[in-house]
Amino acid sequence: MTTDTLLEVENLDVNFTGHHGVTRAVRGVSFALGRERLGIVGESGSGKSTTGRAILGLIPDPGIVSARRMSFQGQNLVGLSDGEWQKMRGSRMSMVMQDPKFSLNPIMKVGEQILEAYRLHFRTSQMDARRRAIAMLEAVRIRDPEQVYQRYPHQLSGGMGQRVMIAMMLVAEPDLLIADEPTSALDVTVQNQVLRILDDLVTDRGMGLIFISHNLPIVSSFCDRVLVMYGGKVVEECLAGDLAEAKHPYTQALLRAIPSLVHPKEKLSVVSRDPEWMN
Amino acid sequence: MDELIQVDHLSVVFRNGGRMVKAVDDVSFEVQHGETFGIVGESGSGKSTILKAIVGLVKPENPSLLIDSKPLGNERTKSDRKMMQFVFQDPYGSLHPRQTIDDILREPLLIHGSQNIDDQVREALLSVGLELIHRFRYPHQLSGGQRQRVAIARALMLKPRILLLDEPTSALDVSIQAEILNLLVRLRENYGFTGILVSHDLGVVAHLCSQIAIMQHGRLVEIVTSEALRSGVVTTEYTRELLVASRGYSR
Amino acid sequence: MKTVSGNTHLISVRSWLSSDSPSSRRQALCIAFVRSILAIFSNSAALTGLFVVLTLIIVALFAPLFSGHGSPIAVNLAARLAAPSSTHWFGTDELGRDIYIRTVYGARVTLTIIMLVSLVVAPIGLAVGTAAGYLGSWVDMVLMRVTDIFLAFPRLVLALAFAAALGPGIENAVIAISLTAWPPYARIARAETAAIARSDFIAAIELQGASNFRILFRHIVPLCLSSVIIRLTLDMAGIILTAAGLGFLGLGAQPPTAEWGSMVSSGRDVILDQWWVSTIPGAAIFIVSLGFNLLGDGLRDVFDPKS
Repeated sequence: MTTDTLLEVENLDVNFTGHHGVTRAVRGVSFALGRERLGIVGESGSGKSTTGRAILGLIPDPGIVSARRMSFQGQNLVGLSDGEWQKMRGSRMSMVMQDPKFSLNPIMKVGEQILEAYRLHFRTSQMDARRRAIAMLEAVRIRDPEQVYQRYPHQLSGGMGQRVMIAMMLVAEPDLLIADEPTSALDVTVQNQVLRILDDLVTDRGMGLIFISHNLPIVSSFCDRVLVMYGGKVVEECLAGDLAEAKHPYTQALLRAIPSLVHPKEKLSVVSRDPEWMN
Repeated sequence: MDELIQVDHLSVVFRNGGRMVKAVDDVSFEVQHGETFGIVGESGSGKSTILKAIVGLVKPENPSLLIDSKPLGNERTKSDRKMMQFVFQDPYGSLHPRQTIDDILREPLLIHGSQNIDDQVREALLSVGLELIHRFRYPHQLSGGQRQRVAIARALMLKPRILLLDEPTSALDVSIQAEILNLLVRLRENYGFTGILVSHDLGVVAHLCSQIAIMQHGRLVEIVTSEALRSGVVTTEYTRELLVASRGYSR
Repeated sequence: MKTVSGNTHLISVRSWLSSDSPSSRRQALCIAFVRSILAIFSNSAALTGLFVVLTLIIVALFAPLFSGHGSPIAVNLAARLAAPSSTHWFGTDELGRDIYIRTVYGARVTLTIIMLVSLVVAPIGLAVGTAAGYLGSWVDMVLMRVTDIFLAFPRLVLALAFAAALGPGIENAVIAISLTAWPPYARIARAETAAIARSDFIAAIELQGASNFRILFRHIVPLCLSSVIIRLTLDMAGIILTAAGLGFLGLGAQPPTAEWGSMVSSGRDVILDQWWVSTIPGAAIFIVSLGFNLLGDGLRDVFDPKS
């Protein structure tokens, strides 16, 4: 695992202007990512998904992204044109989202979607691209890749659909993967299977991974480092193994609010939202 | 005989065109008075379908429900309804979008001809941790957690003996879930209802329930106590799998 | 002193209306109502349409005032087919009746017809549609087949047939138009109801022991109302034109009552030389229809932006 920096984010702000004034979805977020796994944890409204999308240039109007610095392998990410983004996305950075139902084209065979994703970035023959798509399906541990290639998204189970998504997003061999709640829609037994696939792929390819989730236990067990977000800001940054000694009261309260099977509590700790945290 | 609810070889079959799906396959269990019984399973396990069969939203294949040792048929009378209430999973879909919280809470009282409606509505609001300022708001003006509190208040308006909860916190953030779970524990102490809680989360179910049924593909795998679950003393492979999976990921 | 209390009164009304924690049902309803009105005002199509419709209503209500207390039926053969002038702003028709005054009074007939039709058609459509959509099975089948039968006939032809069978006159015209206009509302109500019927909040109310009637009337109908109202305003133009068509053909309002359709008809033969006899009432029909269309479009943007 090399430690060259893949992504540098300094003072990222994402603002949305609406009738009720300006919503500051992301406020002054800064972090650096090497070829490691960074988890971003938060509840709804914390700005974690918006941060992930801002890095990929996926913030729609009327959102405005600004940062003192946001660069990927030295290349600036702020204010890129559509053409420049097309070159970045897929082949250098990619994103896996929560529900494959909404990210896969419902009227196209899944194998062909992977093939297309490959051909967008590499000029090869149809046959070579097809071979790579099948190889990718094997890499995500799908047992009958030739058969699954011919299927449509609605014919796949949740776990398999998510694996197809991962295959599609990694076929062009990006260096950075942003996974936004990749396992939240899956059953708990399937979650661990998918996580293992992701684990192996990220390790084998030496990729950087940003894992965005509301699920603190999964993030802390899967990632190397964790950022905790609240109200658009990063309130805690630590090694995954050190979470139990978290310093910020929000993180501590969040840890205590989870009903643990192993450590039963009479009354679950409730997060008392200190307005100070928003400053 | 202290069982309030008896489920006796319950089966539910869904017919879709020509296909038949056995959503619940020959499930039996008993719930004691004052107990909160948990049902845990993954998607497609049939856990929610059991709950819907008990409350009468789906029809069982044959008579298989007994309340207080008396059979409960498919046709429910008004007093049947009064005895059993349901809390839905989705806080965004279970409240009428064009009615105020006041309208939503007084509806069950109006249907059953109660007196002192205003007092009861105010009391209900406060008992679930909401404030009077919420009374005449519309659901879209409330957060997910607040809506779920309204749903719980609504379920308790008729003071039912049985409360059925279908994944009541699955759609909520962890911190909000904690508040709702604490609320349910408190309400259980005050009202003393008998409950069945369905969830996919072992931690949630173990927090509230003493006995837990494990479901897979429509079949009842086993019934364990929450202590057994916590100490890992389980008899079936599937339950063990669930336990291991719930501990998180191991690299 | 007076101004201060006047101002504070105004300020307190404003804050009462913009409160986000109403303290009574009445306040909550008022707030929702005012919010809808403000939304309509922000949409220029809706505002224009609303202006036209309000003008129609005011002119119809205060017709004697607007016509300077002149008579719409006073015959004056000496002044027949006179061109628009300062005495007769829109000229006179073949019997010397003042067209301006007749147009103003014609607004009454038009307003009466569309109000009566709306009051008949909306409740019937809602009742049939919500019952079909919620109760399903044979009720749905029977009601929808009946609806289909009525829908199969071209509206004007069916209205003509009914009017011819029932005889001329405004009441019969209203009945004839209503009989042909209700089916689309049943369809709309049924489609909305079918979607709503499966939601959790309806299940919750069923689980409280509500009767089918209560569920339909108190919980489902209010959700279908906005679609029905939008459709009604968009349909208004069609209803006005059908009424005018009946009037044009001699059914509906009978002479000497001023009705825009029959007024257009009576000017048919002289349309090239004495254009004002047909054109003025024709323009009135056009403006009012357009107004309702704009209002309907605007209402749809405000209440149903996804469609």
